[in-house]
Amino acid sequence: MEILVCVKRVPTVGGAITLTADRRSIDTKASGFTISPHEECAVEEAVRLVERFGGSVTVATLGPAAAEEQLRACLALGASAAVLLETEPGAEVGPIATAAALHAVATGGAGSGGPFDLVLLGNEASDTGDYQVGIRLAHLLGWPAATGIKALSVDEAGISASASRTYRGALETFALELPCVVTVKEGINLPRYPSLPGRLRAKRAAITRVPGPDRAPAQDVRMTSLRVPDAPKKQATVLGQGAGAVPALVDVLVELGVVS
Amino acid sequence: MTVFCLVELDGPAGAGGAAGVAEASLRAITLGRGLAAGSSSTGESGAVGGLAAVVFADPGSEAGPGLVADLAAYGVTDVFAVSGIDGYAPLAWARVLQWLVSDSANPGLHASPDESPYPSPASWGHAVVAAGTERGNEVLAHLGAITGLPMAANCTQAVDNGAGAYAIVRQRWAGLLLEEAVLEAPVALLTVATDAVAPVPAAVAASATVHHVAPSVDGGDLAVRAVETPAGAGGASLATARVVVGGGRGVGSADGFAPLEELAALLGGVVGVSRVVTSEGWRPHTQQVGQTGTKITPDLYLACGISGAIQHFAGCSGAKNIIAINTDPAAPMMTRADYAVIGNLHEVVPALVIALRERAASAG
Repeated sequence: MEILVCVKRVPTVGGAITLTADRRSIDTKASGFTISPHEECAVEEAVRLVERFGGSVTVATLGPAAAEEQLRACLALGASAAVLLETEPGAEVGPIATAAALHAVATGGAGSGGPFDLVLLGNEASDTGDYQVGIRLAHLLGWPAATGIKALSVDEAGISASASRTYRGALETFALELPCVVTVKEGINLPRYPSLPGRLRAKRAAITRVPGPDRAPAQDVRMTSLRVPDAPKKQATVLGQGAGAVPALVDVLVELGVVS
Repeated sequence: MTVFCLVELDGPAGAGGAAGVAEASLRAITLGRGLAAGSSSTGESGAVGGLAAVVFADPGSEAGPGLVADLAAYGVTDVFAVSGIDGYAPLAWARVLQWLVSDSANPGLHASPDESPYPSPASWGHAVVAAGTERGNEVLAHLGAITGLPMAANCTQAVDNGAGAYAIVRQRWAGLLLEEAVLEAPVALLTVATDAVAPVPAAVAASATVHHVAPSVDGGDLAVRAVETPAGAGGASLATARVVVGGGRGVGSADGFAPLEELAALLGGVVGVSRVVTSEGWRPHTQQVGQTGTKITPDLYLACGISGAIQHFAGCSGAKNIIAINTDPAAPMMTRADYAVIGNLHEVVPALVIALRERAASAG
């Protein structure tokens, strides 16, 4: 089974988000970079499928040259090929252009090693949260898609998949024929830690670099500026210490109407 | 312009009982109403400010007139009740929305024979709004893909500046960051953040007309369709719970959650957890609150032993009230809560459970 996993380099966000002076990006001078937890799970899911069915995992990203770091991290986890669709540092490519660029990779272009049986993505990128790249990619490929998936099983023959998620407390299960696009969420599996041989292999692995889309993508949502929402200026009312606070706590619960 | 709002219903679909409009959809309708009312665009018909709801259910049988009344209270003037699509099929739902905003697509669609003709959707305008839920984001992404239109997810504001240009504010980083953006499109596709826009009924309720539409959908559009089954014990939804009792690292173990479960049951709520709890395997990921878990909007979030990582706030900042119990008074969760109890949750929670039990017993 040939599987393509699409990931995105994003800043590691710790205590608070700080913006650059032009308010068009996050100040990353002091931050590291990573991929989202959803995407770590997508890589893990792909590696598990290949362990079962044979084949290989290719990982692709659209981003600056530095995104090699994230591709190598995925190689260390068990991917065997990596494609970097290289963009200018700081360039923000919208979801429509991103899907189009990934489409070229998914159809076997850019030396990606396709054709693929399955394309996995995170449900949404943790930074821009556009919630649409996977579906747009599926339409370009003419493949079925399922999103927000937290359990995926592929039948013995590798022909069809069953993908499920929870929705309003119920379980929704979608049946899909392969090839298909599935976007996954954290919780679908518990990603492994990279092994030492994996890391050594990743360090040496060749990464296919191809030019990504330029700065002027298709008509899409155009960001003008970013801002950090005002934190609610709350001064917590301290109800007391330890069990001694319980009577005051009960009064508050009554006041809020959750206890009659 | 007319704003078409995709409506999601409360309760498990197909349960047969009366279903209400999901709160996330009421939030979306509230934003859509503002967009329609503030519109400087007029359709060819000259109509301004129409607000239409699209419901994939038959209000005649499934939800009854109550559903239509609820929508009218939010200012909805037209309800399109779509029947004939069995269950949730994201691409088919998107096709129906596409047809509703354009007269050229899918001639197989038709109003039922007893229906009086309604204005040609093409002469209306020109936004489709859905809740920023799994379904809302998914359906609008399909609609964006089949039409080539851009789609803005998880908006908190939208203003029509005329000539197909919209000024929007949308969430990034699950709401930790806001993006101000321009959207230029003949039809604006927007989903609305589930935890940022308050659901507000219209000042004056509208009188809603119901239009029954029975589309003939291409089989290929139905290929991916949800089969729904109840999800395990209780199936209570974290996303819609009115009370959430949260547990974090301070709970210390899987066994440590028993008192929290008990407290949640007494308060008619559910348990939610921080990411460390699921990483440790103490609780399943379905209970995780935060950027990569569930966004909650309860009346009360009682956070026990949760320090309050920024990604956790992305999931709980929609709570109306937060009470934090923590040994560290300087923990972020304590400083951003409405009420704080300084202490060990293993002491406070059991004492609270006892107090609530005694209170219930003396009242009974």
